[in-house]
Amino acid sequence: MNPSAAPASYLDDGHTLRSWLFTTDHKRIAILYIGAITFFFFVGGFAAFLIRYNLLSPKGLIGSAETYNRLFSMHGILMVWFFLVPAVPVTLGNFLAPLMLGARDLAFPRLNLLSWYLFMVAGVVALYAVVGGGVDTGWTFYTPLTSFYSKGHVIAAVVAIFIAGFSSIATGLNFIVTIHKLRAPGMTWYRMPVFLWSLYATSVILVLATPVLAMTLLLLAFERIFGIGVFDPKIGGDPLLFQHLFWFYSHPAVYVMILPGFGVISEIIPAFSRKELFGYKFVVWASIAIAVIGFLVWGHHMFVAGTSLFSALVFSLLSYMVAVPSAIKVFNWIGTMHKGYIHFDAPMLYAIGFIGLFTTGGLTGLFLAALAADVHLTQTYFVVAHFHYVMVGGMVSAYFAGIHFWWPKMTGRLYPEMWGRAGAIIIFVGFNLTFFPQFLLGYLGMPRRYFAYPQHFEALNLLSSAGALTLAVGYILPLGYLTWSLFYGERASANPWGATGLEWTTPSPPPTENFAVTPIVTEEPYQYRQAETVNHE
Amino acid sequence: MNGYLPSATVEGREVDFLILALVLVSCAVLALVFGLILLYVVRYRADSGVYRGAPGRKTWRFEISWTAATLAVFFVLFIWGGDLYVRLFQPPADALQIYVIGKQWMWKVEHQGGQREINALHVPINRPIQLVMTSEDVIHDFSIPAFRIKHDVLPGRYESLWFQVETPGTYELFCTQLCGVGHYSMSGEVVAMSQPEFETWLAGGAAPGQREDMAAAGKALFTAHGCSGCHGEGGVGGSPATTGVSAPALAGLLGRSVKLQTGATVTADEKFIRDCLLTPDKMPIAGYPQIMPSFSGQISEENVLRLIAYIKSLKSGSRT
Amino acid sequence: MSDAEAHEFQFGSAERQHEAAISGMWLFLATEALFFGPIFLSWIYARHADPSAFDAGSRHTALMIGLTNTGLLLASSFTYSVGLACIAFGSRRGMVIWLAIAWALGAAFIGLKFGVEWRMDLKEGLFPGPNFAIHGPARSGAQLFFAFYFFGTALHGLHLVVGLGLVAWIIFQAERFTAERHSPVRVVGLYWTFIDIIWLVLFPLIYLIGRAS
Repeated sequence: MNPSAAPASYLDDGHTLRSWLFTTDHKRIAILYIGAITFFFFVGGFAAFLIRYNLLSPKGLIGSAETYNRLFSMHGILMVWFFLVPAVPVTLGNFLAPLMLGARDLAFPRLNLLSWYLFMVAGVVALYAVVGGGVDTGWTFYTPLTSFYSKGHVIAAVVAIFIAGFSSIATGLNFIVTIHKLRAPGMTWYRMPVFLWSLYATSVILVLATPVLAMTLLLLAFERIFGIGVFDPKIGGDPLLFQHLFWFYSHPAVYVMILPGFGVISEIIPAFSRKELFGYKFVVWASIAIAVIGFLVWGHHMFVAGTSLFSALVFSLLSYMVAVPSAIKVFNWIGTMHKGYIHFDAPMLYAIGFIGLFTTGGLTGLFLAALAADVHLTQTYFVVAHFHYVMVGGMVSAYFAGIHFWWPKMTGRLYPEMWGRAGAIIIFVGFNLTFFPQFLLGYLGMPRRYFAYPQHFEALNLLSSAGALTLAVGYILPLGYLTWSLFYGERASANPWGATGLEWTTPSPPPTENFAVTPIVTEEPYQYRQAETVNHE
Repeated sequence: MNGYLPSATVEGREVDFLILALVLVSCAVLALVFGLILLYVVRYRADSGVYRGAPGRKTWRFEISWTAATLAVFFVLFIWGGDLYVRLFQPPADALQIYVIGKQWMWKVEHQGGQREINALHVPINRPIQLVMTSEDVIHDFSIPAFRIKHDVLPGRYESLWFQVETPGTYELFCTQLCGVGHYSMSGEVVAMSQPEFETWLAGGAAPGQREDMAAAGKALFTAHGCSGCHGEGGVGGSPATTGVSAPALAGLLGRSVKLQTGATVTADEKFIRDCLLTPDKMPIAGYPQIMPSFSGQISEENVLRLIAYIKSLKSGSRT
Repeated sequence: MSDAEAHEFQFGSAERQHEAAISGMWLFLATEALFFGPIFLSWIYARHADPSAFDAGSRHTALMIGLTNTGLLLASSFTYSVGLACIAFGSRRGMVIWLAIAWALGAAFIGLKFGVEWRMDLKEGLFPGPNFAIHGPARSGAQLFFAFYFFGTALHGLHLVVGLGLVAWIIFQAERFTAERHSPVRVVGLYWTFIDIIWLVLFPLIYLIGRAS
């Protein structure tokens, strides 16, 4: 079967359910995670679909504002904590970190499995909250609405996020220790692929920001259960304190969602340009800079919330600062393509789509950082469009790019290339159709989270909903052909793309112990030899 | 009320200029990014025979120049946005004050003359209007897209918003902070009219006998709640000789600095008066024994605003 | 995964495993510090908004019990460290004895805190709610203080209970540890001491600041 006959692949190391559920192999855990987050992605996506359906008519089509509020709350909660935050780190990160480092496994394999179980428990609690009727507070849980006025399963939702948070912390902790302690001989820090650097930056945020959210949610739950708490203005508490604490986590969490995406793109662009990554050290330190400055910009969510003029000015300036490293990355990716030998396989198409959508998302972030413009645009559909461009256009594209790029490595099969390219193009078009009209809606003043809206917003909403349908097709398509390829796809060689990196030196799929002998690293990453164009296709 | 509306305020037009500048910057960057990508994928596609030359090694010149360029553009945008923001939220001293209370799910507005409206706000044009806003329950947000302005409305505080309308007309008003099931329905309209029309509107509606000037209503409350017992009729202040206890004078209080027993000095604004009423123990005034009782839970948000309007109307040394 | 030993990978040596375990625990403690951070921060913030009521609440706490408990915890950290030194010098017996003392001191803290002090507080009606015992102007602020008090001490107590479990586990596993290989003892020690440090922040917040002013 496998061309390199030697050790059996990790997929053949036991076929029982038990061999999967009690595995400590990082590769199997990654596969378990892929299953879980795919499920949550489609549940959250279904909620989004219903939201867009409701907004087809100015009066709202699903009949009840309460249902609508619960839909967008669950969409937010599931997508943020059960898809976007874990997406790349727990799947691609889990699978690739030890392979890229030349290690056997993560530093704490059992902790890794534990984090998957925590994630599943959290997921079950979240689903219980959904099935039991959901919450109508939005994913931001602002007090005093959430602590005193809202109905619904707030406690269950909060508990689910709390547990998922500890799963994140365990994962982040595992990656940091692994990257520090388990690098192969010769793998100096500056010889690490950018993907590992961005995983490292992500993990730092996960470890330092998530506990703040956990405690904030506990304080919120305490207030809701006992009717007394820190955020209650009636006894001298301050609802703005909740917002400060919440965004102290949730803004860095935005970088948790996007940084691994940067890492994926930084692997794919050189691989399909057959050229060294332009400005390696700048890309690396841009990731670290984002992780650090990302902790200092939470206040820009509160420019109209009642904070002082001074704090608004400081947070505005810092928000511009945090955009600089992202701009550096975009320019470096383009610099990488300069004088390359560019191939247009599906991962590269997704990556190019990522650059376009992420740049748009990032630029519209400048609108929201410019204080006076933010006053008009915040809390409208402009914000919705902005963060979907970054999170969905950017992050989901990067996730899909990565899944396609490493699919042969993970499964030992090639996906059908033409379908892959079609999927990338449909997603790009559908995405822009869905979310570009929302920028206009936001500028015209349509507020977020409205079940029904004035007549004159109807045309743009129709366009957006039509786009959502296209996008849905684009997302279901890969589910179909990737599943198909598991059974009927062509067998993949160890390095089907001709890419550099230790993960490509071991068979596809890799054996349980990853490498037959410890690899020794002797050169910088991305040493693509241009002249000898790699034979491919 | 339909479709795109040009901004109805001067500041709103400035916001539009800023947004236009941002759009232009974004388009330029997008054109550069997409242009280069397009150029490279065509020119350097794998099977194109174009000569690539020796691969360049030095990158830091590029890095430094695009980082510096980005920083420069960002700094200009920051200054522009910040300067305008500061002006957007600093009401002129002579602004006409109107009081707004948000509750699930309606806006209650009260004019100084005691005219009340729900989910509607009538204002005169060409005159700065300042809204003093608070909430009875959760956080709301008072947003008028045509004026390019919005601000959160929080329980337990007064937030303020100001604008000066140039074009008469009817404009949409939204709540833009999720406030529960009826969030979407918490909208209304802002009607801007010329000064004479506004006067007519103020005079219309409920017969003068049925509504009461806010300050006058506040005066009645001032007596009914026993405030005048210590602070004296007309808030002239009390001393053991006149009212039996020493109590600070309230006339001309607004805008003055007040020294607290803790040594801190605070400016007496609406929020300060509200806190003195509801949580007097937190801010004992220097030079007076702290014997003021708390009126927390005894006065509605509307009546607090009326008392404030009354105290504002008291000029130093004058009796009303 | 039986063939782990077959490959001499980065993780092979005991020394590397020890290093990984120690740095993992330090990272976890960083997480814990940020976990408790929001309570401390909002506590100080809330007190700043209403100092007199917070101080009034603080004066209803049992200083003597707090003081005794602080002593107990500091002593238990000390005895744990002695136990750790014992195993480092190869005395397994010494380690077990000193760790058992540390465990007992920790358990005494729990008993005193929740068995005696909480019971007194609850009997006095200090749990925030409609039956709250402190009346007058400081009522609402003092309720907030006691909300913090019960929330903070419960959470700290929970951490201590986990710590007790871990120390007990070390004692029962004592056979495994030698002078060369005892990283779990060190790792648990880090956690055990960290719980003390949390208490050393809670102690002044609860008992001292209000009395001092």
